Amino acid sequence: MNEWKNVWILAEVSQGKISPTAYELLTAGKSLAEDLGEKLCAVLLGKEVKKLAQDLFDHGAEVVYVCDAPELENYIDDIYAKTLNGMIQAYKPNKFLLPATNLGRSLSAKTAIFAATGLTADATEVVINKEDGQLHATRPTFGGNLMATITCARTRPEMCSLRPMSYPRAPKTEGKNGEVVEFAFDGQKYTSLAKFLKFIKSEGEGLDLSETDVIVAGGRGVGKAEGFELLGKLAARLGGAVAASRAPVDNGWIEYRRQIGLTGRTVKPKLYIACGISGQIQHMAGCSGADVLVAINKDPDAPIMKMAHYAVEGDLYEVIPAMLEALDK
Amino acid sequence: MHILACVKQTPKSDNVKIDPVTGCLIRSGAESAMNPFDEYALEEAVVLKEQMGGSVSVITMGPPAAENVLRESIARGADKVYQLSDVAFAGSDTWSTSYALAKGAGKIDELEKIDVIICGKQTNDSDTGHIGPQISAWLNWPNAAFVKKVLAVSENSLTVERLTEAGTDVIELPFPCVISVVKEISNPRVRSIKGRMAAKRAEVVKWTAEDIAADKNKLGIKNCPTRVVKSFSPTRSTNAVVVEGANAREKAAKLVEMLKENKYI
Amino acid sequence: MDYAINEMEQETLNATREFAQKKLKPVRAEMDAKEEFSPEILEEFRKSGMFGVWLPEKYGGLGGGITCLAMAFEEFSRVCAGLALTPGTTALGAIPMFLAATAEQRERWCYDLASGKKLWAFALTEPEAGSDASALKTTAIKDGDYYIVNGTKHFISTGKEADFYTVAVNTNPSRGARGISLLVIEKGTPGFSFGKKEEKMGIRTNPTYELIFENVRVPKENLLGSEGRGLLYVQETLDYSRPGVAAQAVGIAQGALDETVPYLRTRKQFGQPIITFQALAHKVAELAAKTEAGRAMVYNLTHRMDEEFLPAVKAALENGTTVHDELKKLKGVRWTKYSAMAKLFCANTAMEVADECVTLCGGVAYMRDFPLEKYMRDAKITQIYEGTVHIQKNEIIAALIKEYAAKGE
Repeated sequence: MNEWKNVWILAEVSQGKISPTAYELLTAGKSLAEDLGEKLCAVLLGKEVKKLAQDLFDHGAEVVYVCDAPELENYIDDIYAKTLNGMIQAYKPNKFLLPATNLGRSLSAKTAIFAATGLTADATEVVINKEDGQLHATRPTFGGNLMATITCARTRPEMCSLRPMSYPRAPKTEGKNGEVVEFAFDGQKYTSLAKFLKFIKSEGEGLDLSETDVIVAGGRGVGKAEGFELLGKLAARLGGAVAASRAPVDNGWIEYRRQIGLTGRTVKPKLYIACGISGQIQHMAGCSGADVLVAINKDPDAPIMKMAHYAVEGDLYEVIPAMLEALDK
Repeated sequence: MHILACVKQTPKSDNVKIDPVTGCLIRSGAESAMNPFDEYALEEAVVLKEQMGGSVSVITMGPPAAENVLRESIARGADKVYQLSDVAFAGSDTWSTSYALAKGAGKIDELEKIDVIICGKQTNDSDTGHIGPQISAWLNWPNAAFVKKVLAVSENSLTVERLTEAGTDVIELPFPCVISVVKEISNPRVRSIKGRMAAKRAEVVKWTAEDIAADKNKLGIKNCPTRVVKSFSPTRSTNAVVVEGANAREKAAKLVEMLKENKYI
Repeated sequence: MDYAINEMEQETLNATREFAQKKLKPVRAEMDAKEEFSPEILEEFRKSGMFGVWLPEKYGGLGGGITCLAMAFEEFSRVCAGLALTPGTTALGAIPMFLAATAEQRERWCYDLASGKKLWAFALTEPEAGSDASALKTTAIKDGDYYIVNGTKHFISTGKEADFYTVAVNTNPSRGARGISLLVIEKGTPGFSFGKKEEKMGIRTNPTYELIFENVRVPKENLLGSEGRGLLYVQETLDYSRPGVAAQAVGIAQGALDETVPYLRTRKQFGQPIITFQALAHKVAELAAKTEAGRAMVYNLTHRMDEEFLPAVKAALENGTTVHDELKKLKGVRWTKYSAMAKLFCANTAMEVADECVTLCGGVAYMRDFPLEKYMRDAKITQIYEGTVHIQKNEIIAALIKEYAAKGE
């Protein structure tokens, strides 16, 4: 087992750019590498991605393993998983963190089988156990009702996908040095019968409310259709979507498909920020499954101010801009 | 066309109890149902059958009581159902579970060639989303996860839309292949009257680890690579924390700080 | 209380309950507000096989009879009386066809009826012929192999959406009521158009239209039974369909109670749940008892009906005859009085229960966020369509007078 060394993170590339999850993984990976006294390494797969290595050094990677090939231009599970397993077998990492994005989730799963090792999904916290040096990955299960800490004692690398936004992004220091290790793509071995036909960029129609982790919802207190643009800014900043209680829908401020509640949709996001919503039972039925509920309301006696986990008394038109400011700090 | 849907019986209630010693879920007593994400997978399988002709088989791995989700599958339009049930499977993680399911699928494939395996996006109890891609890895079949639409189906391939954070990928998968699907893919029907009656009379084929020629060293809590070492309930406020501050700006800053601290953002 | 006496009826209850909760409840408020027909819900009804619940297996139905039809209608109406009408009015439009159709006509129409591929509607009412059906003015004059139909029908449920209309026409105006016949007229036949769409108090998601016939040529193969016997078939149809309306009314009453009791349990005033106030509690008990009495009336009646209906259907299929003729051979009970009683009692009960439930829950129930006001609006129609409560009373008293007269009392 001693031959397995170093902490790897997968730097996901999206539309030719490094996805921000990579910087989060570098933050998480850095503390693991320090605890182990090993190197923090990033893996880059794709077409013409070698040039992105410097950015990873600037964010704290010491080594960047690159597999640069035209065949890796688009994500096909088999090709990526076989390539990644090839790199794992060649360089033998100790721990391997991947983003729990759509790509990261399916890629990590398939790779773990090829690499004959264990994988923890969608962790929110990763630490090194001081006694045995194992990776302890903690993750929510049962829709967030239970936290489980998972280990992978006997096989290497210990793989884990990490929920986006679980860690802050690693800071950037320009001009840092690091080692680039190029891994040759084996076109004979790394194949798939699946064919990538095309990519269709989403037309900003908003996320599906049931799939999104963060929802910023507005109620009667928003007062006007334009108010939802402000809510939209906060939602976009948090990677979430905008929703509403019934009143704004009835008033035509926002379309029906975004209505949460008994006569709308039921959602279970991780974070639900209710702005100017009084908290009628019909609305709460649609959002009480949220992991954490924040209420922003002018009226401290509004029912929602007691049902929420965090209650902010104030005008949403003052609080939200201030939140955006605080988030950008 | 022969489609195999993978389903799992999972606890219905969000209120789960954990054995403090083993860290495992106490499943007895909790009301169970078909994993809601699997309903979409099964529906899509039935829709493909209705469109192309053929049959839908359904497989599950689980304790004897998990037979219920297979009978429910019949009521929702499946033709044949298979249950993997053996103490050797108990406590398996996704690595071992996908191995057993792949062995089961392999045996079904011998009986009647499978064209497509369809899994739900993830389960509502363990939320991993591993099983679809992992079955495909064991079988060495091409796969796609987060499939939101089947654009076209032919005699020998599927063209699907895959959901990504940035948009949609269009991918062609030749048979046999594995897809895991998100809820947009279909609109699950309720159990029909006819289906409900057929479900009671349906034969559930039961297989042990030996029946599917599975290597016992790859199965169960003792042999699977990962282990739950600790389970605990997340701390969650029951009474609202009133975010204090002199003005909106202070309160907002405090709120952002608290949310960050607790990793909600 | 469940009145299922066999597996088919029990599974009908189970399936329709699940269907109503999962498919109707989430959209009922939206569809009611939009006042639109829902093609999506129609598709759901089709997928679930609900249209064929009362039709023989030969045509792809489930062979469930009048009881299963009533049960399905009750359970759908318990959640949304408007959406329930998609299969409900199709059954109403198709029952006269099913009773009077020849074997050849059944072959032609029943498969698509059972699958829900084609919707049916019943067109009897005219601007000047409501309760007095014999006054209808739509004519169908024979012209070789066709009838030429002229006239207007109004207040037709599932209008425009239905594919087939069972239309009461007069084929021999000189004979008055004895000239009335039933014709099946297909949507799209030249000269057949739709007039005004009504804006209604309740059952808003089911479209109500005016039908206009201008020299519509209908093939004589679409005549049901024989000429001049239309009102007989209509009466026979209403005997079977009124328990369905009664079942719908029971569903509405039950649905109103389903919304009311949990609210009264959780709503606190003067420091206690308001259901603990005896004046309210006793009212709820009375309403629940009346609802249950209505249900008992419906299913006792439909079970007795099925004892004749199902064997008659079986015989008609075996002998290639009409169901109407087979029923006649059985010389069974005339159901008119009992059907009228069930409809009268249940419709009045539904209206009373919905009305009282709104009062019991108070302000919240008057708001559209809460479903109760919809129950109150929907309940009203059960007192009106398929014969008003007054017509039901006429039917009952006519039957009573006849019975006692026959006994010489």
